[in-house]
Amino acid sequence: MTLSSVVATGPTSTVGPTRRRWRGSGAGRQHHGGPIAHLVLVVVAIASLFPLYFSVVAASTSQTRIARTPPPLVPGGNLLRNLRAVWDYNGPGGHTLGLAMVNSVIVASAVTVSTVLFATLAGFAFAKLRFTGRNALLVFVVATIAVPPQLSVLPLFQLMSGLHWTDRLQAVILPGLVTAFGVFFMRQYLSQALPTELLEAARMDGANSWRIVWHVVVPVARPAMAVLGMLTFVQAWNDFLWPLIALTPSGNPTLQVALASIGGGYDINEAVIMAGAVVATVPLLVAFAVFGKQIVGGVMQGAVKG
Amino acid sequence: MLRCGTRFPFPTVTKGLPVSTSTTAPHHRVPPPAPAPVPTAAQRRRSLLHRLDVKGTPYLLVTPFFLFFAAFGLFPLIYTGWVSLHSVSTLTPNQMTWNGVGNYTMLVHDQVFWKSLRNTVTIGLLSAVPQLLAALGLAHLLNYRLRGQLFLRVALLTPYATSVAAAALIFQFVFQQNDAGFANWALHLFGLGPVAWESGTWSSQLAVATIVMWRWTGYNTLIYLAAMQAVPGDLYEAAALDGTSRWQQFRHVTIPSLRPTILFTVIVSAIGSLQLFGEPYLFGGSGQGINGGPDNQYSTLALYVYRLAFNSEHLGRAAAVAWVIFFIAVVVGALNAVLVRRLRASA
Repeated sequence: MTLSSVVATGPTSTVGPTRRRWRGSGAGRQHHGGPIAHLVLVVVAIASLFPLYFSVVAASTSQTRIARTPPPLVPGGNLLRNLRAVWDYNGPGGHTLGLAMVNSVIVASAVTVSTVLFATLAGFAFAKLRFTGRNALLVFVVATIAVPPQLSVLPLFQLMSGLHWTDRLQAVILPGLVTAFGVFFMRQYLSQALPTELLEAARMDGANSWRIVWHVVVPVARPAMAVLGMLTFVQAWNDFLWPLIALTPSGNPTLQVALASIGGGYDINEAVIMAGAVVATVPLLVAFAVFGKQIVGGVMQGAVKG
Repeated sequence: MLRCGTRFPFPTVTKGLPVSTSTTAPHHRVPPPAPAPVPTAAQRRRSLLHRLDVKGTPYLLVTPFFLFFAAFGLFPLIYTGWVSLHSVSTLTPNQMTWNGVGNYTMLVHDQVFWKSLRNTVTIGLLSAVPQLLAALGLAHLLNYRLRGQLFLRVALLTPYATSVAAAALIFQFVFQQNDAGFANWALHLFGLGPVAWESGTWSSQLAVATIVMWRWTGYNTLIYLAAMQAVPGDLYEAAALDGTSRWQQFRHVTIPSLRPTILFTVIVSAIGSLQLFGEPYLFGGSGQGINGGPDNQYSTLALYVYRLAFNSEHLGRAAAVAWVIFFIAVVVGALNAVLVRRLRASA
């Protein structure tokens, strides 16, 4: 850490809104995009949004309209009725989508809070503290980032069955409590954003490690914690394979598990299935509409770790 | 004053040695002329606590991560290999009978396994290659100054927020076999015949790959964009002074600078393909999803693991397939390490 980085600190200035960077530097990026660039990007943006629009349209029509050619392109008048139908749709065991949504909120929130908390603590230790075995442990963390988590599901299933935890939310929450990516992400951020001098000064003032963590590290880490939290929440909300194994649609499902079962139902009409897809997607889409700028910035920051 | 002799656990101080740094007091090196005043019990306790704090806290901080990771990540991963050497029924998951390499020898003659392996590669290529090329081009365009820049970025990233389950259900409608499906209707407008999106081999794989592509192109675009913005501007200035066109700048400045990022996305896509499950499973619907189509034409390795374990109830055989995936992932990871090293050496 150089002195200048200490002087320039203010956590916001280091994490920085990306805007300033891309205005300021680089001759290549100062060119204005021509009409063709705009046209291509608008077409791709439409392609990105169209399937979601189509799901809303399909959810607002009826079974017979969906099956007719040409496919519906403008909304019909049945959206509320279909939403109502899918909300009240009872699986074999009598679950409703409402329960599934509450479960998804609980699971995704618990996973996000714990991932961010533990990643911040470990990331701080790896970034700024000296201890025996630090480098070896860090290499281990980095090496495990690319390990597909889906490969663990079979023994996890044995474990959760043995504990009689299938269909309990803890079966889905526990395996999600930490990620190697999170630790590495926080380490990369804190080793740059947290001035060592600041820690030393706090030590001088007689602060013990826990006070340093809460009063020095966490305030500095907050922007990166927000980014990691968003990425983790999206992932946890959309997680599919393990919840599908650990939870049953008729028992205690998350939204994705319930949605998969509704989609496979024989006794349900297709407009109602689309309404289910809309229900499962809307919470994150609203978040995107509100926090779009921050999420885009977050994904881009998460990327620079390579 | 009491604190000036304390050693910090920070990198600026050499650990374990009382060698002076800017923060240690000079009198440490000078032998004290008179016996130092005996510290009181309270002082000694405080300094012991402090030492414990400094020495022990790092381990306390990393313990939760390693504990949970070992319990729910690493141990199950390794234990999968152990399970693969047993006959286990999913109905009685904790009764394991030793089976040696029996599950693996069965795989050798298992047509569905080989098919799934092949499909994993082809669907992976079908989704990753166009996706990453498109992302590269789109990132280049997004790197210009644009009207509605933020809207474009958010729009491109929106599919990333859509769950596999929702996306697969939506695309099931887009790719319906009959004329009512959106894709076939659109093709019909251009005078092209209806495509058998569900029963064909290439067509169904293309449909599954499209779901992957739709969800991840925008995400990779932003990753490339972030990397492009980190390319030093003077590289472009120098290239411009040499009179190079924008296309040449893209080829000779942007692409070489992005090589580590491109490698990173290729590896992530490869690992993602190895885990491809939700898209084919849900695309096939309740009837054919579990098989990856009537002819297993879009069955993937991860889907086959699920099918063996939770449809055929052969947990042991499923574990063998999972272990094969793990082996491939390790090979991919090793390849990555070699390439990264070569990139660094050439840089």
